[in-house]
Amino acid sequence: MSLAETTTTEAQPMGIREYLLGHLRTYGLLFALIAIMGFFQITTSGTLLRPVNITNLLLQNSYIIIMALGMLVVIVSGNIDLSVGSVMGFIGALAAVMVVNMDVPYLLAIVICLVAGGLIGAAQGYWVAYWKIPSFIVTLAGMLVFRGLSLLLLEGQSVGPFPREFQALANGFVSDIFPAGFGQALATVFGARQVNVLALGVGIIAAFAIVYSGMRARSRNRAYGVVDEPRAFFIARNVIVVGAIVFIMFKLSTFRGLPNVLITMGVLTLIYAFLTERTVLGRRIYALGGNQKAAKLSGIKTERLTFLAFVNMGVLAAAAGLVFAARLNTATPKAGFALELDVIAAVFIGGASMSGGVGTIVGAVVGAFLMGVLNNGMSIMGIGIDYQQMIKGLVLLAAVIFDVYNKSKQG
Amino acid sequence: MSALLEMRSITKTFPGVKALDEVNLTVREGEIHALVGENGAGKSTLMKVLSGVYPAGSYDGEIHYAGGLAEFRDIADSEKRGIIIIHQELALVPLLSIAENLFLGNEQAARGVIDWRGTFRRTEELLGKVGLREAPTTLVDKLGVGKQQLVEIAKALSKQVRLLILDEPTAALSESDSQALLDLLLELKAQGVTSIIISHKLNEVRRVADSVTVIRDGSTVSTMDARTQEITEDAIVRDMVGRDMAHRYPARERRAGDVLFELKDWSVWHPEHADRQVIKSASFQVRAGEVVGIAGLMGSGRTELAMSIFGRSYGQNISGQVSIKGREVDVSRVDRAINAGLAYVTEDRKSLGLILEEPINRNISLAHLQGVSKNGILNDNLETEVSERYRKAMNIRTPSVFQKVMNLSGGNQQKVVLSKWLFAEPEVLILDEPTRGIDVGAKFEIYGIINELSAMGKGVLMISSEMPELLGMCDRIYVMNEGALVGELSAEEASQERIMSLIVTE
Repeated sequence: MSLAETTTTEAQPMGIREYLLGHLRTYGLLFALIAIMGFFQITTSGTLLRPVNITNLLLQNSYIIIMALGMLVVIVSGNIDLSVGSVMGFIGALAAVMVVNMDVPYLLAIVICLVAGGLIGAAQGYWVAYWKIPSFIVTLAGMLVFRGLSLLLLEGQSVGPFPREFQALANGFVSDIFPAGFGQALATVFGARQVNVLALGVGIIAAFAIVYSGMRARSRNRAYGVVDEPRAFFIARNVIVVGAIVFIMFKLSTFRGLPNVLITMGVLTLIYAFLTERTVLGRRIYALGGNQKAAKLSGIKTERLTFLAFVNMGVLAAAAGLVFAARLNTATPKAGFALELDVIAAVFIGGASMSGGVGTIVGAVVGAFLMGVLNNGMSIMGIGIDYQQMIKGLVLLAAVIFDVYNKSKQG
Repeated sequence: MSALLEMRSITKTFPGVKALDEVNLTVREGEIHALVGENGAGKSTLMKVLSGVYPAGSYDGEIHYAGGLAEFRDIADSEKRGIIIIHQELALVPLLSIAENLFLGNEQAARGVIDWRGTFRRTEELLGKVGLREAPTTLVDKLGVGKQQLVEIAKALSKQVRLLILDEPTAALSESDSQALLDLLLELKAQGVTSIIISHKLNEVRRVADSVTVIRDGSTVSTMDARTQEITEDAIVRDMVGRDMAHRYPARERRAGDVLFELKDWSVWHPEHADRQVIKSASFQVRAGEVVGIAGLMGSGRTELAMSIFGRSYGQNISGQVSIKGREVDVSRVDRAINAGLAYVTEDRKSLGLILEEPINRNISLAHLQGVSKNGILNDNLETEVSERYRKAMNIRTPSVFQKVMNLSGGNQQKVVLSKWLFAEPEVLILDEPTRGIDVGAKFEIYGIINELSAMGKGVLMISSEMPELLGMCDRIYVMNEGALVGELSAEEASQERIMSLIVTE
């Protein structure tokens, strides 16, 4: 007999304090990100939020975020993938060997790499899904195998450089579609050297879209009598998010505009957020992770779903591998080393549960950014890699302890 | 006899709720005291206060135990004083032996080295006391629930128990195991062990209890003493639900239609031991609008039969035919079975029926997501509407359908499972122990739902360990024993004695 059982009588309008307590996790993550950014903004005397550094921050973390999307799905389904760092490195190597050594057209190489990633995911997912071998073991094996394969493929050497079109995958920017005079005019208004109107426009449109969809969801929830976020919170949250997006996009627009990678990341994030939250497929993955037996007895093909989660992870790891290789402009045997841990950490910081069934795409992306800002900020401050590692470890532990504590208070 | 335990005006509040309000409970030395009440009434909370799960200071009121004021800091503290709780969900380590489980945390050891000979000798002694004939080295995994329950009691005895608390000890036991357990309780009483038994099975309460305390909505409603008054089930039920329950089973107009579901020569082998036949050529029918029961002891293969029919969720080398409305259907996978018009409401709702971490609406739609989506994209509004409809129709008591299922009482959880399967629009529902572990009020509601299903012309196959329930609800009853259907009785011919005699003679 839990306490909620005895309270199940009437929905009560929640006060701000109760609401905050019930949703500490969601807001906690946002607050933590803001607090950390504020901290580094001060300690790096403003370097953190310089346009060039924001651009860097996005480029540096793009491959982590791309993989975090797939990892979230894998973790929600109740599994884990330790091989993504190695797979990413292997795909980078594969791309380099094809494009640099064998002169394969880069578009064809990209397609081959993505397919290869899918096949790698399928090869691992097969054992996990149909043979019920724990994913920890299968992907631990995969991690070793693909680490070795990249060494073999590169013969222990770095291979590069890539043709410029391939590099653009990571380092390219979308050129402004608006006439230059328009940007110039805006630049004088804001007192900046230049303004990329496209970047700023995209930021403003994105901000409006977020507010609009938020308001729609809110009115719908109210229509169904869902206990709602207090108005003050809704407004504050939206002001912060909109402010952050417009601010960042403005900063980007005064540098080189929209990085290609940001578009890739943004589109992928939207697709996966939609997939996990709004589709039957996504719902079934949560059900599978929440209670595999019950899901199976509800007619869900649990094996196939698990298999697909790994295939998907493979494709995303391949995409990340391409971006990573393009960014470094070379494939090295060391690429992606221990990166799986950053990806997994991002997902858990984002609120996913080790036992599956819980976690959100947005959480994973914010978690990845949080780790990224920590890395970036500490590097600018000149903190040694030794302390950096320790601090990141403690942040991960703190986030999960916070989760568990929260849960024990609710239960 | 003096009081061993006196809990005086215990009040326990959680933020915003009063879970216990001035509850009094007096248990005399050497008696069996039954604590009854609907799910959510506060029984478990009271026992948690008693055992120190909620430590002294976190509640108001006083606990007097064995002649003094007791203020337990934690469970270890209360166990030291001889108060031992055996929970509904048993706390044994499946892959350790009986002996290892008995002395877990209390190992018979000298300087950290375990004295196995002494451990085994004491284990045999304790097993003798509870009447369990198993070797001390047998893994707990290999024992049925009934025997595991006995191991738990033996473990309690090993700790010098003075006050034994059993939370729904017979909920998962078959009739004969339950009887054996109750006999054991009476024997322990003769040896001077005082016990508190929490139970929903009123016939059992009547059989063993010396006194009964009824709790409702966090308050003590009444205490009855078997020595000074006769305790009737009706009186208990009246106090539990706060109203008279004229009929335990709601009346239904019986009219069976055409044959809706037919099973022919169904044979199933054990999933791991391919040479063991679990279901032996079973055949039966369910007509439209009919409620058909399957009676049998625990382990007779009832659940295995149901699960093997439902998408081959149990067993291997399955053979036989399933027909619905005279046409043979493919039930080789769960999704195919659902499409064919079958639904299976599991006996184990927490681990097989629900996703506890998810809200009610998501659980209700799970088996029929195509009903709340278009082209694979979910329609949240429709899902909410559907859930609201079932919340009202089934009277699921919850502030909203967005509440996690975990936070509901057993009866309400069962209504969510039923809603989920009704939403899948089946022709035939297999209900496996549909009222296990839920209180009298919710049981009555579930019987009402079953009757409505039958009035809609659905076929209902009901598996139950509680014979009165089968007798009260079913038009026909099949009797199952050791994997075979050994008899069929109409409602008029059926009685507990006839069912038992069919099981025993075959």
